[in-house]
Amino acid sequence: MAFLSAHFVAIVFYVLAVLAVAGGVGVITFKNPVHSALSLLGTFLMVAGLFVLRHAEFLGAVQLLVYAGGIMVLFLFVIMLVNVRRLSPDAAFLSRRAPLAVLSGVVFGALIAFGVLAGSLGHPGGGATALQMVQGHVMGNTEAVGWTLYRHFLVPFEIVSVVLLVAMIGAIIFGRKDAGLEGRGGRMEP
Amino acid sequence: MNPTMIPIPSAWILYLSAVLFVIGAIGVLLRRNGISIFLALELMLNSANLAFASFAFRFAGASATAAHALNGQIFIFFIIAVAAAEAAVGLALFIAMYRRKETIDVDRFNILRW
Amino acid sequence: MSLSQFIPFLPEIFLAVAGFAILLAGISLGKRGARGLSLLSLGSLAVTAILIWVVGRPVEGAHTILGGMLFVDTFAVYFKLLTMTASGIVLLMSAGYLERSDYSPGEFDALILFATLGMMIMASGANLVSLYVGLELMALSQYVLVGYFKLELKSNEGAVKYFVLGALSSGVLVYGISLLYGALGTLDLGAIRAALTASDTVNWTLNLGIILVGFGMLFKVAAVPFHVWTPDAYEGAPTPVTAFISVGPKAAAFAMFLRLFLGAFHPELAQWRIVMWIAAAATVIYGNIAALTQDNVKRMLAYSSIAHAGYALIGIVAGTAMGLWSVMVYMLIYTFMNLGAFGFVIMLETRGYAGERVGDYAGLAKRHPGAAAGMLIFMLSLAGIPPTAGFMGKLYVFSSAVQAGYIWLVVIAVVMSAVSLYYYFRIVVEMYLKDGDEDEPAPLVRDRWLDAMIGLCVFVTLFLGVYPAPVVGLAQSGVHALGLG
Repeated sequence: MAFLSAHFVAIVFYVLAVLAVAGGVGVITFKNPVHSALSLLGTFLMVAGLFVLRHAEFLGAVQLLVYAGGIMVLFLFVIMLVNVRRLSPDAAFLSRRAPLAVLSGVVFGALIAFGVLAGSLGHPGGGATALQMVQGHVMGNTEAVGWTLYRHFLVPFEIVSVVLLVAMIGAIIFGRKDAGLEGRGGRMEP
Repeated sequence: MNPTMIPIPSAWILYLSAVLFVIGAIGVLLRRNGISIFLALELMLNSANLAFASFAFRFAGASATAAHALNGQIFIFFIIAVAAAEAAVGLALFIAMYRRKETIDVDRFNILRW
Repeated sequence: MSLSQFIPFLPEIFLAVAGFAILLAGISLGKRGARGLSLLSLGSLAVTAILIWVVGRPVEGAHTILGGMLFVDTFAVYFKLLTMTASGIVLLMSAGYLERSDYSPGEFDALILFATLGMMIMASGANLVSLYVGLELMALSQYVLVGYFKLELKSNEGAVKYFVLGALSSGVLVYGISLLYGALGTLDLGAIRAALTASDTVNWTLNLGIILVGFGMLFKVAAVPFHVWTPDAYEGAPTPVTAFISVGPKAAAFAMFLRLFLGAFHPELAQWRIVMWIAAAATVIYGNIAALTQDNVKRMLAYSSIAHAGYALIGIVAGTAMGLWSVMVYMLIYTFMNLGAFGFVIMLETRGYAGERVGDYAGLAKRHPGAAAGMLIFMLSLAGIPPTAGFMGKLYVFSSAVQAGYIWLVVIAVVMSAVSLYYYFRIVVEMYLKDGDEDEPAPLVRDRWLDAMIGLCVFVTLFLGVYPAPVVGLAQSGVHALGLG
C-alpha cells in the first residue's frame, strides 16, 4: 500500500502512456478508418489524463470537449458519410511509399530521442503553483490560463476567431451542393 | 502534488511525445486513405501538445522560469483551436473530393502527377 | 491593457471587419458583383494601407505593441505593404476571370483579404504564438482558395494534396516550436535572441527545434525537399489563385523566415547555416532542372517559383545585413514579375484550359504584338537578363553571398540561371518564331483591368531594372529592425 501511494503518479503515468502509444499504433494499423478513429479517441483521452497529471487541468477539459467531443464526432460523421467499405476495393490500405515512410520515421525518432536525451532535462518539477497563479495569488489553472490568454495573448486569440471564420467559409464552400453548378461541370464558358 | 510521491521524470513524458510524433509521421506517409492520414496528423499535433504541457510543468517548478510557464499551456490552446479549424476544412475537402471521384485514396489522385 | 494600445493594431482590425463586410456583400450581390466586390476589396486594402501609414508606423522607443505580440517596425511595414499590393493586383486580375466562371466572387475576395490579414500578422509577429496563428490563417485561406473551383477535379486534387502536406508541415513546425520552448522557456522572439546570445553551449534540444522550425518554413516557401505540393497546387488551382499563392504567401513566408532565422535565431547561425546551404543549392538545382521538361505553363512557372525561392534562400545563407535586404528586394521584384507572367496565362485562358500549354503561345507575336512583348519582358526578368529588375534582384542576392564567402553556392546559382534561360525562352520562341493555328487562332481575353495590372507589372519590372535605389533604400531601413548591422 505504501508502495502504491508513493508511486501513484508514476503508475498512472505509465498506464496512460502505454495506452496512448497503443492507441497511436492502432490509428495507423487498423484498416478500417472507423477503428482508427476510435483508437485515436482513446489516445486523446489518455493525453487528456496526462494534461491533468502535468497540472494543465483546463487544457485537459478542453481536450475532452473539443477533441474528443467535437473533432472526433466530425471525423466519424464524415467516415460514415463517405462509405468506407468502398474506399479501397483492392484492400491495399498502405501506400506505395511504405518503406520510405518507416525509414524516415525511424531516423526522425532517433534524432528526437537524441535531441531530448542530450538536452538539459535534469531538474524535475518542484511544484506547479506557477500554473495556478493570478497576480501573485494562487487561484486555479483555469483562472491562470484565462488571465494570461486575455491579458497577454489577446491578439492571437482574436486572430484565431478569424481562422475559425475562414474554416467555416471553407467548410460551407466545399460542403454545399450548388444546383446551378452541378449540371455544367463548373468550367468557364467561352 | 503530495511531496512524498515520487514524481515522473520530465524526460519520460517527452519520450512519449516523441514516440507519438513518430507514429503520427509514419502514419501520414504510410496510409493512403485521406481520412486516416488526417487522423495521423491529429496524433502529431497531440504529441506537440504533450511536449508543451510537460515543458510548462517543468518551468513552473523553477523560480527563474516560472513566469513563462503558462505560455506553454497557452500554445496548446491555440494548437487545439487551429486543429479544429483544419479538421473542418480538411473533412469538407475530402467530402467534395469523394462526391467527384468516389474515393479519398490519395494515391488515386492522379490527374496531376503526384 | 488600455484601449489606446489598440491604435497601432487598427489596420488589422479594419481589414478583418472589411473582409467580413465583403463576405456579406458577396452573398447579397451573388454572381453579378465580381467587379464591384473587387473594387470594394481593393478600397479596403487601400484604407488599410493608409491606416498603416497613419497609426501603424514605427515610433521611437516602442518596438512591440499589445503585450509584445506584434512588432511595429520598418521591416513589418515593408512586408505588409508588399503583400497587400500583391493581393490588390490579384483582386483586380481575378475580377474578369470570376465573371467568366460560374463561381461566386464574394467568398473569393473575402478569403484573399483574410489571407492578407494572416500575412500581415506573419510580417509583424513578435511572438511564436502570433506568428503561428498568422501562418495558419494564411494557410487555411489558401487551401480553400486552391480548391475554390470545387467541381474541377484538378482544383480538388490540388487542394487535397496541398492541405495534407500543409497540415503535415505545420505539425512539424509546431513540434519544433515545442522543443524551442522547452530549451529556452520563452516564446518571445526578443527573449529567444537574448537567450541564444547569452548561451554558448551546444544544446541539441534547441538545435533540433530550430531545424524543425526551419523545415516548416522551407515547406511554406516551397523549397526542396519540401516542394512536392507546389506543382500540383499551382496547376490545380484557378489561375488567379496560382498567381496569388506564388507571390503574397511566399513573400510573407520569407518575412517570417527572415524574422526567425536572421532575427531570433541569428546567434545560432553557425548551427543552422549548413542546412539552409543544402536546401538552397538543392532548390535552385531541382527547380530549374525540373522546369525544363514541363509542357504546362502553370507547372513550368511552379518549378520556376521553386527555383526563385532557392535564389532568395541564398541571401539567408549569407546571413548578413546585405543578405537580409537583398532578400527583401528580391521578394518585391519577384512579386511583380511573377504576377505579370501569371496575368498572361489568365489572358490566354479564354476557353477551358487553353493557354496552359506551351504550344498555345505559338504565333502570338504576329497576332498580338503588344501582349507578346510584355510576356517577353517577364520571361527576360525571370531569367535574370540585365535591363530588367530580375537581374538586379539576383545581383544583390548573389553579391551578398559572395561577400559572405559562399562562392560555390553562387556558382551553382549562376549556372542554374543559365539553364533557366532554356525554359523561359521556349515560350519566347513559341511566340515569335512559330506559326500558330491560323484557322482558329487562340483569342485573348479583352479585360481592361487585367491589361492595366499587367502594364503596372511591366512598368515596375523595367523601372526597378534601371533604377532600383528607392526599393533598396526602403529595404535597407528594415535591416535595423532585425538587429543586423
